Amino acid sequence: MKPLVALPDLNPPPDPVTEQLTQAFTSQEERLARIEPGWLVALRKAGIARFADVGLPTLRDEDWRFTNLAPLQEHRFQPTLGRPTPDLPAEALDGLALGDLPGDRLVFVDGHHSPALSHIASHGPGVVVEPFSLAMARNADAIRITLGQHADLTKSPFVALNQACFSDGAFVRIPRGHRLDQPVHLLFVSTGRDPGIAIHPRNLLLLERDAGATIVEHYLSLADAPTLTNAVTEIVAGENARMEHIRLQDESKTSFHFGFVRLQQAANSNVAAHCISLGARLFRHEYDPSLDGPGAECVLNGLYLAKGRQLADHHMVVDHAQPNCASHEYFNGILADQSRGVFHGRILIRPGAQKTDAKQTNKNLLLSNEARANSKPQLEIYADDVKCTHGATVGQLDPEAVFYLRARGIPEETARRMLVHSFAGEITHRIQHNGLREALDEIVWDWLESLEAVQIGRRDGSGTHSVAHPH
Amino acid sequence: MSEALNTIEEFVSSDYKYGFVSNIESDTLPPGLDEDVVRQISLRKQEPEWLLEWRLKAFRHWQKMTEPHWPQVHYPPVDFQAISYYAAPKKKPKLNSLDEVDPELRETFDKLGISLDEQKRLAGVAVDAVMDSVSVATTFRKDLEKHGIIFSSFSEAVREHPDLVRKHLGAVVPYTDNFYAALNSAVFSDGSFCYIPKGVRCPMELSTYFRINAANTGQFERTLIVAEEGSYVSYLEGCTAPMRDENQLHAAVVELLAMDRAEIKYSTVQNWYPGDKEGRGGIYNFVTKRGLCKGRDSKISWTQVETGSAITWKYPSCVLLGENSVGEFYSVALTNNRQQADTGTKMVHLGANTRSTIVSKGISAGRAQNSYRGLVKVNPGATNARNFSQCDSLLIGDQCGAHTFPYIECGNPTARIEHEATTSKIGEDQIFYCNQRGIETQDAVNMIVNGFCKEVFKELPMEFAVEAQKLLGVSLEGSVG
Repeated sequence: MKPLVALPDLNPPPDPVTEQLTQAFTSQEERLARIEPGWLVALRKAGIARFADVGLPTLRDEDWRFTNLAPLQEHRFQPTLGRPTPDLPAEALDGLALGDLPGDRLVFVDGHHSPALSHIASHGPGVVVEPFSLAMARNADAIRITLGQHADLTKSPFVALNQACFSDGAFVRIPRGHRLDQPVHLLFVSTGRDPGIAIHPRNLLLLERDAGATIVEHYLSLADAPTLTNAVTEIVAGENARMEHIRLQDESKTSFHFGFVRLQQAANSNVAAHCISLGARLFRHEYDPSLDGPGAECVLNGLYLAKGRQLADHHMVVDHAQPNCASHEYFNGILADQSRGVFHGRILIRPGAQKTDAKQTNKNLLLSNEARANSKPQLEIYADDVKCTHGATVGQLDPEAVFYLRARGIPEETARRMLVHSFAGEITHRIQHNGLREALDEIVWDWLESLEAVQIGRRDGSGTHSVAHPH
Repeated sequence: MSEALNTIEEFVSSDYKYGFVSNIESDTLPPGLDEDVVRQISLRKQEPEWLLEWRLKAFRHWQKMTEPHWPQVHYPPVDFQAISYYAAPKKKPKLNSLDEVDPELRETFDKLGISLDEQKRLAGVAVDAVMDSVSVATTFRKDLEKHGIIFSSFSEAVREHPDLVRKHLGAVVPYTDNFYAALNSAVFSDGSFCYIPKGVRCPMELSTYFRINAANTGQFERTLIVAEEGSYVSYLEGCTAPMRDENQLHAAVVELLAMDRAEIKYSTVQNWYPGDKEGRGGIYNFVTKRGLCKGRDSKISWTQVETGSAITWKYPSCVLLGENSVGEFYSVALTNNRQQADTGTKMVHLGANTRSTIVSKGISAGRAQNSYRGLVKVNPGATNARNFSQCDSLLIGDQCGAHTFPYIECGNPTARIEHEATTSKIGEDQIFYCNQRGIETQDAVNMIVNGFCKEVFKELPMEFAVEAQKLLGVSLEGSVG
């Protein structure tokens, strides 16, 4: 539905970040043309052309009106493409969250695959779990026909930039009828040795008909440094395929993180995508699901925890193109200090997508006077026989709920803790994989406990937090 | 013979020269908009210098603005230079009796239950009753004056109460507000001004008066209502009867100002020409409506029933500045055939303990597109602000669309904001249940739709609630096969 009236073309000059990143890519073009196949170079060029054309979004952009990208201009970002693979000793990952997860692990250090840190079990015939850098040699055809076909570079300038600058990422293919028993752990480590690097992971996850898998994308920083991560994941779920996809983002408090996940779902496929985000100074996470076959089901389930001056932005447009599909989005945010939460969710029901069952909720818990929440839960419906609901709430802990617990002999501090934990638990309990759910619960628990100590301390210390209104 | 013909021709042309038409010509500005046109409008209305200056400032600002395209509506570009910005009130052809009125129009009047006298007035039939109306209106006016209430046309208010108008004009909707508000500020034709003094409760629904005295105020209408401390007024604009109008673009501005403990209830029934079944013609209704709850414990309540216009684009808003102030928005927006509506509200919470309620019912039938777009904003100072929003959509047929675009911006943790939206259709089993009890399908649809809108209708003044219900039925005719 394009407007009939063309918008005025204001032709703003490109911002410094766009210019810098475009130049950084152009300087490598010749080298890439020598070492990469023609189609891949063409794909990259299309990406950079689009990125240079649209540039970084501004607050005037409706989809970005609450997320100010001006802080990006404080740095001169350099893509990691073409740089040598950094050396990282195995001890650096000791004690890492999800470290004892069984199953395959692919580790990427500053955007490059690290064979030493990765381990892949041998799988049945047809199962592929490898980095792109290796898969290009063995599965070039499969990659050529799928890569960049699903993540639409017009949907975000960051998708276009990723398409130009990606260095490596995971290629997973599960053949027809095969179900992976163990989760696949994709770990993206940002070492922070080189402030100002721009890491562009690219993942392609293909599930053929009746296939099943649990895949974890895990983003992590080893040091506090202003790095940029711009990840794009394309997930293609064939007929009747089942997938659980988990995205854990725990990068440093000075980093910038952009993530884009495209879900292409065929008939009767079922994808549960969970995202738990606690890191980054500014992050934006986009889901772009297309329910493109009758009976497809999709659950997007997210928890964002922010403190300090963090900004957490979630954006999704759930595209119902076929009848009898279901989609459910649950996003809870806990916002402390001066943090900001931004949510934009749209359910789009195309003509003919009858019997759609779509639901969307966004709840924000504000734990401080300076925290802010902006929410835009939207419905765009072009079919009449559908069930669509959405809801959004913003507020602090319900004083009546605290009172209820206190009336039963539970001290106020414990009551508050119980309520905050259960607010987060609404999201984490939807994770189906037992081991992962427990591990993520623990991460969330620790984050909340560290925070509440601050909250309660401040309240007792200053004595100004309690609000009493004399009438 | 030829001589006779000549005489007739002369007679006819002389009539053109001195009669009705030449009169209109002298009172109509040629199409186009520049500073001279703005000056001409002000001159013809014999306005004071300050108002002309204000119009010119608005016009210069408008020139720097670009037309907004963000609403979910589609229409061919409007040529602002092709519109005539000043026309004398249109004279409707006088008919001798109701029998001469378009039967289709009469049928609609009957369905709406409009009294015979009023039918005549609306259809432009010359009757003695008009005299009665004038005398009734005069009686009302005396009654209002006794209470110190000023209620007059905008032009009259500018002449008789310049200080009041000057003080409040643009205080709620500044001319810089948006493209159409700026255009309206530059070229507004006329409108209403209403002032309720301190502690006065307006003794009647201003609707009654308005219906009798409704003049053709043109396409750029401006309304300003000021309610002083402790006063109350209920105002109804519009009319359930179908209004035919040649002006395609309507860009009105409504400003409400409520001081301490004042309450303004503003109800709208809009039934402009929606265009034909294929979407040809019809009014573009681009309106800016805003109320400022300036004082403590003040309250502004908007109720609207929108069934007409090819395109409706309006967001009656409340700025809740005073402590404990209350904003309400109740809306029924019905679109059928090719109509498009993008409507909703903005509730801006600035003061402590401010509360707002939004109840919006969108009904979409035929090939229409109906969007709710609303903003709930809580500023950091709005401690304990409370909002509840409920947006329900009803779809009739599989060719139409119903959309919901809420914006929630919260900057205070003590605020509680809740938003809920649902989308449903009229179930076959519901229709079957009614049919089975001898209720025809069309009546069943009307019944279900009216039940769906009940929460809003109960906010309307009594007699309009009844008419509004019938109006929905008329507007939905033929939407169910």
